Amino acid sequence: MRKKESQMNSSSRVVCYIVLVLVSIMCLFWFYLLFVNATRSNSELSRGFTPFFSTHAAENWHNLLHGTLPILNGLWNSFFIAITTSVLSVYFSTMTAYAIHAYDFKGKKYIYAFILGVMMIPTQVTVLGFLQLIGKMNMDDSFIPLIVPAIAAPITFFYMKQYMDSSLSLSLIEAARIDGAGEFRIFNTIVFPLMKPAIAVQMIFTFVTSWNNYFTPSLVLHTDTKKTLPILIAQLRAADWLKFDMGQVYMMIAFSIAPVIIVYLFMSRNIVGGVSLGGVKE
Amino acid sequence: MEKSKNNKVVSYNKWGYIFLLPFLIVYTVFQLIPLITTIYNSFFENYRVGLMQVGPNFVGLKNYAELFATPDIWQYLANTMIMWIMGFVPQILLSLLLGAWFTSPSLRLKGQQFFKTVIYLPNLIMASAFSMLFFTLFANEGPINSMLVGAGILSTGYKFLSHTFSARALVAFMNFIMWFGNTTILLMSGMLGIDPSIYEAAEIDGASSNQIFFRITLPLLKPILVYVLITSLIGGLQMFDVPQILTSGTGDPSRTTMTLIMYLNKHLYSKNFGMGGALSVFLFVITAILSILVFKFVNSKEVK
Repeated sequence: MRKKESQMNSSSRVVCYIVLVLVSIMCLFWFYLLFVNATRSNSELSRGFTPFFSTHAAENWHNLLHGTLPILNGLWNSFFIAITTSVLSVYFSTMTAYAIHAYDFKGKKYIYAFILGVMMIPTQVTVLGFLQLIGKMNMDDSFIPLIVPAIAAPITFFYMKQYMDSSLSLSLIEAARIDGAGEFRIFNTIVFPLMKPAIAVQMIFTFVTSWNNYFTPSLVLHTDTKKTLPILIAQLRAADWLKFDMGQVYMMIAFSIAPVIIVYLFMSRNIVGGVSLGGVKE
Repeated sequence: MEKSKNNKVVSYNKWGYIFLLPFLIVYTVFQLIPLITTIYNSFFENYRVGLMQVGPNFVGLKNYAELFATPDIWQYLANTMIMWIMGFVPQILLSLLLGAWFTSPSLRLKGQQFFKTVIYLPNLIMASAFSMLFFTLFANEGPINSMLVGAGILSTGYKFLSHTFSARALVAFMNFIMWFGNTTILLMSGMLGIDPSIYEAAEIDGASSNQIFFRITLPLLKPILVYVLITSLIGGLQMFDVPQILTSGTGDPSRTTMTLIMYLNKHLYSKNFGMGGALSVFLFVITAILSILVFKFVNSKEVK
């Protein structure tokens, strides 16, 4: 009986591994093609596909830098917006969560319910009024309307609140109060550092979301040198792409996703752990 | 929360309001006011014909009547739903399978961290870059066709983006690849939350692993499955980046991959604020109903 069972398990384990390897290939295959093709010249690419890396990566990179798309500007714009967005979002979401977590005040229940209630409203349905508003505020074609709204991020708030519920003890705050620390100082020097694990996870998620964001930036930014990478990719797509040097196109795509892949390679454990933590409370 | 209530000093509590202020101000300015003006706009005729500006004139519900009378919105709603379903069905099935394997105590799979890392990776990839990549890979003369012809499967390249089914399938496939890792991890945390003694009891009673999965795991997972279903549906309604970049905003072939948000995007570019407003309100109402369903489920679970 036992023997039969363990045999069955080892054979079904083999099936599992085969399927898992196939699924992994399904996920990674496209990126392998991308990185191979980014090293090949246009004439090599037009001759059809080969699975081997070639030697033209530097050449493609050089051509891309000296081409018509302002990609270094795009890189800087994407980076600047993503980093400021994630810092603001994480700091103020923690502050909002702390307000709900640590204090009792009138109307708190309603404000909490309100924030949870609006969590699922997609930005797309308010974007029309948003564009009109920033037009009136003379903030069209500027980074401000892409950065400042990150202060009010219900999803980041929810994650922070969950984390506080599970691991921020209020007795610590009481002790700090007895020592005479001010409320703002307690938040900055005690609470915020204690939230480090949650902050790391949310920094990465907000950074990546902003880095990948295409919809709103494409409606707000108009000057070429102000555009972010996703908008430049859309421009590349809209251009008469057959005229393009395909080596450059692949290099551009590789260049846009490489930073996220590199960060992911170092932080994957935190990120994958963060997803399951942030999902539904079980 | 309960514990802390007793030892609070009232004078501290004004800090609750102070710490809430940044959120409330920014939310009101950049989300609430835009939501209200979007709804307000939907009752006005406000668009451009060439260089001539029409409106804004109050027209009541005329925009809505026009929006629902034209077949466009139903076609785009259908497109969006079809592409969402085509991606969601394989996504939930594969996620259930992988989740069950990863959490199975009898299988004890090794290298789980590696596999989880790999399947979650596509979720972090820039959707616009990913669809540009698919556009080049699946182009008529692209590497995929070159491989298929080289392997003798096809005699000439297949025009993936010129056929309705293959164009929709590509969009669905990309969504599937980008989201099944995320779903797997969510379902796994649900599966790990099931009391192991239930499984032990079932094993003692001689239940097979299939019986355990269908009779125990699946019913107990129902709340989280509903959560995944509805949040994925809300996400599906927002489908934009992938079909937009893949078809360069045209929704080709003959607008069969045009989604609702792509339609909204068109109105925003042509500055047709009346119709854009009506469409936004329509999307808002659907999303609101779906969100309420999510909350009902999550809350009813907590009461138990």
